Amino acid sequence: MTADLIHFFTTNWLGQGIVIFAQCLAVTVPLLIAVAYMTYVDRKVWAAIQLRRGPNVVGPFGLLQPMADGLKLVLKETIIPSSANSVLFVIAPMITFMTALVAWAVVPFDDGWVIADINVGILYLFAISSLGVYGIIIAGWASNSKYAFLGALRSAAQMVSYEVSIGFVLITVLLCVGSLNLSDVVESQRGWFWRWYFLPLLPMFVIFFVSALAETNRTPFDLPMSEAELVAGFHTEYSAMTFGLFFLGEYANMILLSALGAVLFLGGWLSPIPYAPFTLIPGVVWFALKIAFLLFVFSWTKGTLPRYRYDQLMRLGWKVFLPVSLGWVVLTAAVLQFGGWLPKS
Amino acid sequence: MLLQALAFYVFAAVVVASGAMVVVSRNPVYSVLFLILAFFNAAALFVLIGAEFIAMILVIVYVGAVAVLFLFVVMMLDINLVELREGFLKYMPVGAMIGAVLFAEVLLGLGVLGAGSATMTTLNSQGPQVPAIENTRAIGQVLYTQYFYLFQVAGLVLLVAMIGAIVLTLRTRPGVRRQKVSDQLYRPKEEVMTVVKVPTRGGVQ
Repeated sequence: MTADLIHFFTTNWLGQGIVIFAQCLAVTVPLLIAVAYMTYVDRKVWAAIQLRRGPNVVGPFGLLQPMADGLKLVLKETIIPSSANSVLFVIAPMITFMTALVAWAVVPFDDGWVIADINVGILYLFAISSLGVYGIIIAGWASNSKYAFLGALRSAAQMVSYEVSIGFVLITVLLCVGSLNLSDVVESQRGWFWRWYFLPLLPMFVIFFVSALAETNRTPFDLPMSEAELVAGFHTEYSAMTFGLFFLGEYANMILLSALGAVLFLGGWLSPIPYAPFTLIPGVVWFALKIAFLLFVFSWTKGTLPRYRYDQLMRLGWKVFLPVSLGWVVLTAAVLQFGGWLPKS
Repeated sequence: MLLQALAFYVFAAVVVASGAMVVVSRNPVYSVLFLILAFFNAAALFVLIGAEFIAMILVIVYVGAVAVLFLFVVMMLDINLVELREGFLKYMPVGAMIGAVLFAEVLLGLGVLGAGSATMTTLNSQGPQVPAIENTRAIGQVLYTQYFYLFQVAGLVLLVAMIGAIVLTLRTRPGVRRQKVSDQLYRPKEEVMTVVKVPTRGGVQ
């Protein structure tokens, strides 16, 4: 009986399809719950920073607040402006949300816990995250509104600029790993926590984190939706669930970049101390803790820093991060080559 | 195998169809969006033949960067659609001819008519003969050894184009006051700050 079942799920195309579908669900559902509670944690952290209580009315400790917010968004009326390009207007939030979800296919949650263990995992993530900009720019154009269009242009320019430095950070890490596979990236950091790449590549970790803030349009780089000048940026005209998809996509992207940071620099699913009581804890718990830490820093930054001016933002991206990360790529390559530390292929 | 063939025909059909839509669609923004769709499906075709590295690079470079800039320019241009349609019939024969020539070149190059020297088998024999390694590594092994000079020359061509673009747009305007971050940071504390002891209920004098 069990042998039959195993045979069905591993060889039959219908069985394989069911397995893949189940795997997708097993990633997507916890991710969406994490997104919902990320909004809650965000508001609680800001509240703590500003000496307030935060959401505390709906449910115990306000824990049902995200559900109430979600319900509100679902039940509201979706308004499509009469002068908007209605097809693109509806497609744009879908693109944002979808690209935020499909990127998770290559993220390793534990040893072997990954939907698609492909050889070009890093490149896949980079490619998908560069697609996210289309949702925003199409939304801005399709809205047929000046605020939305200005917000979209800002956002697109910002994402393209900071993607360059993220690309160089990825190159540095993969120079040290010698593989584009994300599981190999984690495996190459095995050992005590000071062997994780955040310490040897500390400047790149900082650049990665700041670029991640810019990439997800978070404070101090939330120019695209700066409410003082652009109402709400590219999603000014969006309401109800079309707005909800943007919101979900944005938070999913934040969690994705935190996961990428955890994989590249914080040893993914590995425990910080490679000995018995710590290694018994499942790897996925360590991975979740690392993501949670990075997400906390995201909220912390938002609660602390004021907003950048746009020219300062561009200056930081092109005149500071680009030369520094490019120089660091050359330096790393030279050290690896002449120090004899090149990864064995 | 059947699934793969099916996927190939779907992707190929979408590439051809969206390529046609790039030319015939009335709105230039739609044209760019169809172009992006074509790029994306071409990447999918690369994945199907097992060239995942090329596929990802195609998406990153063309879809992620080049097409975004296209879209930027097209969205901000004030294009008169009626005016744009006028030249369509006039230029169509020329466009069709260029297309036909390119297509014929590809066919000849592949030796379909028995004319070209490079057939699929000779093309394959020039590639790395190591099917066991992943294709990222395979490309890396020939790109920086066998094709090193060609690769560098390609880079130089791009560099020249980049310098050309910078020279064309760079102009020095007199009388522009720029913000220099280093100057601002090096201002001494005494110049910009005074510490005032404010008496309670006295206010600043």
